[in-house]
Amino acid sequence: MSNGFDVAIAGGGIVGAACAAGCAAAGLKVVVVEPGPVGGGATAAGMGHLVVMDDSPAQIALTLLSRSLWIAMRPELPADVEYLPCGTIWVAADEEEMAEVRRKQGVYQTAGVRAEVLSAADLASAEPHLRAGLAGGLLVPDDAVVYPPCAARYFLAKSGATVVRQPAIELSGRGIKLRDGSFLAAGITVNATGAWAPALTPGIEVRKRKGHLLITDRYPGFVRAVLVELGYLKSAHSTTADSVAFNAQPRRTGQVLLGSSRQFGSEDRAIEPHMLRRMLQRAQEYMPEIGQLSAIRTWTGFRAATPDKLPLIGPCPSDPRLYLATGHEGLGITTSLGTGQLVADQIAGRTPPIPVDPYLPARAGAVPHPPQEAH
Amino acid sequence: MKLLVNGKPVEAPAGSMVSAAVALAGAWLYRRSVTGEPRGPLCGMGICFECRVTIGGKPHQRSCQIPCAEGMEVRTDE
Amino acid sequence: MTDPRFDVLVVGAGPAGLAAARRAAESGARVAVLDDNPTPGGQIWRARPEPARWLSGYQVILGARVIAAPAAGCLTVETLQADFEIGYRALILATGARERFLPFPGWTLPNVMGAGGLQALAKSGLPIAGKRIVVAGSGPLLLAVAGYLRGHGARVALIAEQTERAALLRFGASLAAHPGKLRQAVELRARLLGVPYLTGCWPVSAQGAERLESVTLRRGAKNWTEPCDYLACGFGLIPNTELAEMLGCRIGASGVAVDDDQRTSVPAIFSAGEATGIGGLDLALVEGEIAGYAAAGRTREASSRFALRQQHRRFATALEKAFALRDELRSLAAPETLVCRCEDVSYARIRACSGWREAKLHTRCGMGPCQGRVCGGAVEFLMGWRSESVRPPLYPARVESLARSGQDR
Ligand SMILES: Cc1cc2nc3c(=O)[nH]c(=O)nc-3n(C[C@H](O)[C@H](O)[C@H](O)COP(=O)(O)OP(=O)(O)OC[C@H]3O[C@@H](n4cnc5c(N)ncnc54)[C@H](O)[C@@H]3O)c2cc1C
Ligand SMILES: Cc1cc2nc3c(=O)[nH]c(=O)nc-3n(C[C@H](O)[C@H](O)[C@H](O)COP(=O)(O)OP(=O)(O)OC[C@H]3O[C@@H](n4cnc5c(N)ncnc54)[C@H](O)[C@@H]3O)c2cc1C
Ligand code: FES
Repeated sequence: MSNGFDVAIAGGGIVGAACAAGCAAAGLKVVVVEPGPVGGGATAAGMGHLVVMDDSPAQIALTLLSRSLWIAMRPELPADVEYLPCGTIWVAADEEEMAEVRRKQGVYQTAGVRAEVLSAADLASAEPHLRAGLAGGLLVPDDAVVYPPCAARYFLAKSGATVVRQPAIELSGRGIKLRDGSFLAAGITVNATGAWAPALTPGIEVRKRKGHLLITDRYPGFVRAVLVELGYLKSAHSTTADSVAFNAQPRRTGQVLLGSSRQFGSEDRAIEPHMLRRMLQRAQEYMPEIGQLSAIRTWTGFRAATPDKLPLIGPCPSDPRLYLATGHEGLGITTSLGTGQLVADQIAGRTPPIPVDPYLPARAGAVPHPPQEAH
Repeated sequence: MKLLVNGKPVEAPAGSMVSAAVALAGAWLYRRSVTGEPRGPLCGMGICFECRVTIGGKPHQRSCQIPCAEGMEVRTDE
Repeated sequence: MTDPRFDVLVVGAGPAGLAAARRAAESGARVAVLDDNPTPGGQIWRARPEPARWLSGYQVILGARVIAAPAAGCLTVETLQADFEIGYRALILATGARERFLPFPGWTLPNVMGAGGLQALAKSGLPIAGKRIVVAGSGPLLLAVAGYLRGHGARVALIAEQTERAALLRFGASLAAHPGKLRQAVELRARLLGVPYLTGCWPVSAQGAERLESVTLRRGAKNWTEPCDYLACGFGLIPNTELAEMLGCRIGASGVAVDDDQRTSVPAIFSAGEATGIGGLDLALVEGEIAGYAAAGRTREASSRFALRQQHRRFATALEKAFALRDELRSLAAPETLVCRCEDVSYARIRACSGWREAKLHTRCGMGPCQGRVCGGAVEFLMGWRSESVRPPLYPARVESLARSGQDR
């Protein structure tokens, strides 16, 4: 090992940075390869909602582990990470969605996640700017919000990893080939390049899923908890059609961050007026007064989506020294810390706090087996 | 034209902007910056957003681009 | 609301925009001009009678700013109360320029303003009579502003021009080729009799408890402090190219890139006036006329003014040379001096970043409501970084306006 690194990580997003921090804490010598600003990919676009999600038992396990790691880390987080313990309210528009509230509460309770059912009146007093006539909601008080690029920068700084400001052009279990032709040899290589991961590890099933966001000027108290419509589950589930959902988030600055949209097949960063319109109209349906707030910026980002909606964390079946840490879709800010822990535990041969099998690239359908024919 | 600036009545000449009414009321602090510093107008042409005040309860209004109107209620330092 | 389609739509009701609209309308085109300002005239003709000469034959939509370009041939416009789309066949961008501000300790205190900024505010009713004012920075605008302020009863303590006397003398000599400009300069000087015009002099700090009380100036080896009520300070002008950028027009070294007919790199989009480069009133007018004729298809009339434009461009080049910013201005900001006034980001924090994007992401520099229009010019001068992408909203806009932008209505 000429450079003497234990772990070489391609990608300095929040996932790569958390992997670096996890590996460094396990005593490993780490190098991170990132050509752009730290946290400048999807991490710069993400909403930074730290949320427990219950699509599947594996998703609950990873988001809950991750959230508890965030909470434990809170005292050490620098101010610019803007941790805001505001909780989430899943907003139910009608009785059908209230049934979903109660189901969800049951699931959370079993998993040990605090969650409180809000009546229509509770919801109105908790969030006075929501429209009248909503059915209620589910308050998850321990969810929070952070500012992701600064969190990524903090994780990377904390890891003490060497940072190489170049793109990786080839990855293998032996290390990373850089654009300038040099080679960083390492015991383990990690592909943490988010939505760009398939360019370095061809064949993995990670697709770009575009999202639009908008941020307003400062209106402290306009939104108090992260508000998410429950229809979100339905639309996020739909893996084919373009969809929008009401998602309003308070920032520590007093700004309101509005999401969100999901689109496959659009690789262009440009704002698409029809998607922005749909997303904002949806927000106005839930919060009519939001129309009067002053919007200062809009942007888009790409989530790294997998077919089964779970990330790829662990060694590739074809090359056990080449790890993947990608495919976090709309949850990678939350699950960055859990991912860092699972990657470090697997590399260091420790027993991870939750079973890793559901996230392994070797699981059915995640990575095609070694190609029969190169082309 | 009569306006209220921070509750104080001011007489502003017709055609003047809200930024002028604020100054006529003797105020020079239009807004507080995100770290609490006092700020007032800089560019006079609607681009810097330093002259923002609350007009009729609506925050973040650029006082240099908005003509005074009879009975307008303006608040600074919000 | 369905808006009629215009043959020629002009953004900006300054001299360039008004001249363009007038010439296009004379050629028989259906024309409209829109401007963010509540009155026509742009910067130089703010609260002045000149616009009247140019206002005829077309529709003027005031207090209206372009916030998005949701589809080809269509702009979304917002006013205080409403938002709507305007369709066009040809578009003329006459968005003008803004002042360049440079950070120095104390520049964020209330009553430290732009030079053109204080003039504009005074024209909008800000009382200046009897106030003691220091005018500082760079460019011929300082003289115009000082003359205006003095003419309206202010006590102008001095004018501090950063450029050296030698450069100005060379520029003065070149004025001989432009008798009109020379006469203006002489008239201005006459109006400013008794006001010291200090070349090679610039502000190093502003002081005050909660607002400006005094400014410290440097000239040669000497530093001294002038008490004042206002500091009117701007370091030249920067073209407003954001709308052109959003529309995909190529931006050159001096502003929006245009060909002989004032055409941008995007078909059917023209640009004229200071958006294409800083050049003063006469150049803005002739460029506007050319763009107006060309947009209406009268290329012969357009080309009849090329020679005049060339003459004014030479003047612009001389101007740029004479008032080039000196290197010492790069060291005015102290590490703790704020560069981004929207998000209160210090020079030290910006300097620690590798480029604009990193500065935006890690410090939020340029991410506030001015969208980098103030700090952008400073960061460009201090760090050599140029900001990239422009996305809707072009200016902060109501959420509801964006929720309708581009929709059939
Ligand atoms: C609109 C939107 C909203 C979201 N909201 C949330 C939310 O509220 N909560 C949440 O938890 N998650 C959210 N997410 C998801 C979250 O942002 C992502 O899952 C997360 O940022 C992924 O981090 P990453 O490090 O894997 O990827 P990225 O941040 O994209 O990092 C990948 C890095 O790899 C680098 N790279 C690419 N190619 C190469 C190469 N060849 N060599 C070296 N480096 C390379 C890139 O420059 C980049 O910095 C959202 C995402 C979007 C798009
Ligand atoms: C603050 C300032 C003060 C000046 N004062 C003087 C002076 O006193 N004497 C002098 O000789 N020269 C002065 N100048 C220089 C003078 O402006 C130019 O020489 C010339 O008049 C430029 O004309 P223009 O038509 O290109 O632009 P401008 O006169 O700047 O007009 C551009 C117009 O476009 C509008 N606009 C821009 N973007 C949008 C948008 N998105 N939507 C709607 N409207 C938009 C603006 O509101 C503005 O009215 C000043 C410049 C500035 C910046
Ligand atoms: S003074 Fe700059 S926006 Fe009003």
